[in-house]
Amino acid sequence: MKNTDITAPDYFHKVVDCQWACPAHTPVPEYIRLIAAGRYSDAYMINWRSNVFPGILGRTCDRPCEPACRRVRVEDEPVAICRLKRVAADYKDDITARLPKPAARKNGKRVALVGAGPSSLTVARDLAPLGYSVTVFDGDAKAGGMIRTQIPKFRLPDSVIDEETGYIIGLGVDFRACKRIDSMKALLAEGWDAVFVGSGAPRGRDLDLPGRQEAAANIHIGIDWLSSVSFGHVTKIGKRVIVLGGGNTAMDCCRSARRLGGDEVQVVVRSGFDEMKASPWEKEDAQHEGIPIHNYLVPKAFTHDNGKLTGVTFEKVKAELDAKGRRKLVPAGEPDQHFPCDDVLVAVGQENAFPWIERDAGIDFDEWNMPKVDAVTFASTNPKVFFGGDAAFGPKNIIWAVAHGHEAAVSIDKLLNGEDIADRPMPAVQVMSQKMGIHEWSYDNAIELDKRYKVPHRDTAVALKDIKAEVELGFDPKLALAEAGRCLNCDVQTVFSAPLCIECDACVDICPMDCITFTQNGEEAELRTRLTAPANNLSQDLYVQNGLKTGRVMVKDEDVCLHCGLCAERCPTGAWDMQKFLLDMTYAGTSCRPPARSAA
Amino acid sequence: MTYLAKPKFHHPDLPKNTLGYTHRDYEGTVSTLCAGCGHDSITAAIIQACFELSIEPHRVAKISGIGCSSKTPTYFLGNSHGFNSVHGRMPSVLTGANLANRDLIYLGVSGDGDSASIGLGQFAHSLRRGVNMTYIVENNGVYGLTKGQFSATADRGSKSKRGVINTDNSIDLAAMALQLGASFVARSFSGDKQQLVPIIKAAIAHKGASFIDVISPCVAFNNHAGSTKSFDFVREHNEAVNRLDYISSRMPIEIEYDPGTVEIVEQHDGSKIALRKLAADYDLHDRTAAMGFLQHHAAKGQIVTGLLYMETESEDLHAHLHTVESPLNALDEKDLCPGQAALDKFNAALR
Repeated sequence: MKNTDITAPDYFHKVVDCQWACPAHTPVPEYIRLIAAGRYSDAYMINWRSNVFPGILGRTCDRPCEPACRRVRVEDEPVAICRLKRVAADYKDDITARLPKPAARKNGKRVALVGAGPSSLTVARDLAPLGYSVTVFDGDAKAGGMIRTQIPKFRLPDSVIDEETGYIIGLGVDFRACKRIDSMKALLAEGWDAVFVGSGAPRGRDLDLPGRQEAAANIHIGIDWLSSVSFGHVTKIGKRVIVLGGGNTAMDCCRSARRLGGDEVQVVVRSGFDEMKASPWEKEDAQHEGIPIHNYLVPKAFTHDNGKLTGVTFEKVKAELDAKGRRKLVPAGEPDQHFPCDDVLVAVGQENAFPWIERDAGIDFDEWNMPKVDAVTFASTNPKVFFGGDAAFGPKNIIWAVAHGHEAAVSIDKLLNGEDIADRPMPAVQVMSQKMGIHEWSYDNAIELDKRYKVPHRDTAVALKDIKAEVELGFDPKLALAEAGRCLNCDVQTVFSAPLCIECDACVDICPMDCITFTQNGEEAELRTRLTAPANNLSQDLYVQNGLKTGRVMVKDEDVCLHCGLCAERCPTGAWDMQKFLLDMTYAGTSCRPPARSAA
Repeated sequence: MTYLAKPKFHHPDLPKNTLGYTHRDYEGTVSTLCAGCGHDSITAAIIQACFELSIEPHRVAKISGIGCSSKTPTYFLGNSHGFNSVHGRMPSVLTGANLANRDLIYLGVSGDGDSASIGLGQFAHSLRRGVNMTYIVENNGVYGLTKGQFSATADRGSKSKRGVINTDNSIDLAAMALQLGASFVARSFSGDKQQLVPIIKAAIAHKGASFIDVISPCVAFNNHAGSTKSFDFVREHNEAVNRLDYISSRMPIEIEYDPGTVEIVEQHDGSKIALRKLAADYDLHDRTAAMGFLQHHAAKGQIVTGLLYMETESEDLHAHLHTVESPLNALDEKDLCPGQAALDKFNAALR
């Protein structure tokens, strides 16, 4: 194998599994250390810079970081990254003085953002301090978009949304509330320098089954019903409720129904339990509230008595693998099942809808009626119009919307500076030794064996009485410290210097995970089989360095390294060092400018 | 030296031996020796050898004297019996333990100070008597605990860290072991576990006095230019006579060898050693030739490593003394006090 190039920004970034998995690439271990140190405001600001909504995401994020956490590979459960983020938001001091100030001088460029959801607000946050005149249009009275309308208050209180959207509006952003954009052509005619569309995926999918029309009064579309609940337009529901669908919206629907008079709320899903789209913890929370989840049942018809809904009929199915090895649901051959109920909530997915974008506005749409959007620049075929969040590639989640927003902001900033938006500067990387003295590192390198801590919940009986009572109470500082101690500090990298190595094997002998091998070089596939411990996880890199006196190579399997630093502590010559990797993402502003010409 | 304990987590795909243990189960507490010490590599080699042999930890007694080397039994086989004895007295404590309980596996761990200076007499007599043991000397040529004076195994003409030339002649413990009648003699290097681990395994399987001289660089006081026990010097002057594979009696011989290049030696317990010869005319079974070979190469400044000598039909001290077959702690009152008739018979035999 060739020598590993650790100067490539991606190499060490991939080792920090959580940060690599995060769409916004938040430096997770860095802020977890700050939480452990009680520096909640500092931890919050790191998050704020990277993911814009730490308090919101700390309660609602889909957490792509957690399944990626190295702790899953060495123990079982990941570090509770998401809920630690909430700790930073809960216990921070007043950080308003640390936010950017509204731009003192405007640069004269006007940018319109359609929708006040997470992607638009991210664009606004990135562009407003640079001097852009940013105007956000939203049909609702308050900013937040789906964050405010679709997430139940018992998961995310309004106060948190007000605070974090307020930070952005306070940057001198012109927020036009209750102003729905009905025509893209009209908007473009207003002469904006750039337009960003962050209008989400606002249409809930319906089920066109027999009885749907007749019983319509008691059949509700999930996301519409949730926003009616959110605005207080709906305050009660029938005693017996069936929720159709297995995603997170279905979980929000059933738990909301449970709080509005639904004594017998049941979720019915086509797929098996494990294949449901809802996050495991959301399914758990629903079940914890006494909501049964029925699987492998496909709805066939709504039954009604002269237009009054009486229930839903389902066909039992089972999963089979077809000839190509794909899972398919086929009839199980059992009699149909009938679930009597008073109301049905349909949460079987949501779709994009752009009735307000005229098809001759210079924006091309594809065969699925979605705008053609560049996956890197987020530009549409109209060079002035950008898309992000659910509006760009269909429903995802908040953290993806934030990541889209950052990239779209870079594109807009480059476009309006006359630069090529396809030219994306790489992120900056800092690598810094953490050695403070003999056996002394600037991070806590002792490995805690603790199992994942549970977040305390409000008593279920109390929680179910009030739809606005937040269920999760969050970690207190003591629990947060204990949970933070589980973080393996994967950003503190093992850096090897072959010229210093005397090949004494001390690192090989001490490594608790048998990650290190000194051996003859070979091709990767073959090399992986003859390391101290087999390197079977092909998604994790081998760190290879040649230049040793014996002509062998040092091979380190990054897979299950605990970053405990024992290799560096045991190294008599300092050939191993523990160096902290910090990634500086490229955002709108100076970091996305092309390198300046040198004076000479 | 490390203050942190080695984390309990281990690699999820670690191989297990026939007892279901991983090599991590053969570790002791974390080493307090200097970072990079060769002794720690020998510790790791002992751990690996015991793991691969599927030795039950409670069947091992590890006995040592005083010195850096003699601290190491704390760092391996944390579930075995141990005795950290008086300086240079490991061999007599081991001999006594062995006579009392012949069923255990005895690992004697010593250093060049412990065995070649204060304990030279003990070293000599335990080998001479053929005590069934594996006697490992972790040989770094300096007194590490007292900050790097030359030990008795330091080569004449080699240079100390402060630049002083050694004027005394050195003791070659492997050559002495050959002369004293050890039935298994080897030399290896802490930086070459591929050679060392099979040697330790073969030595443990060997019945009789096994002696292994392991060159183990002292990174703090004896790893500089001018030292003859540094990593660089040993790597440059290593004259390996053979490489070996240890094949336990339970394993079939799977490796294909070119005829003529490999000698298969069977041990008394049915295990085999496959020797790949590196020095063409080296005879493993010729004690006097081995002694000559060692001295000849030592004069050229070369360090001969590998399995140097082995007796296949070896006997141990118990055989010489006709001792009782079972360990003393397994003898019951009837065996120990056989009664008046047995005493009368015994007395009659002496009249």
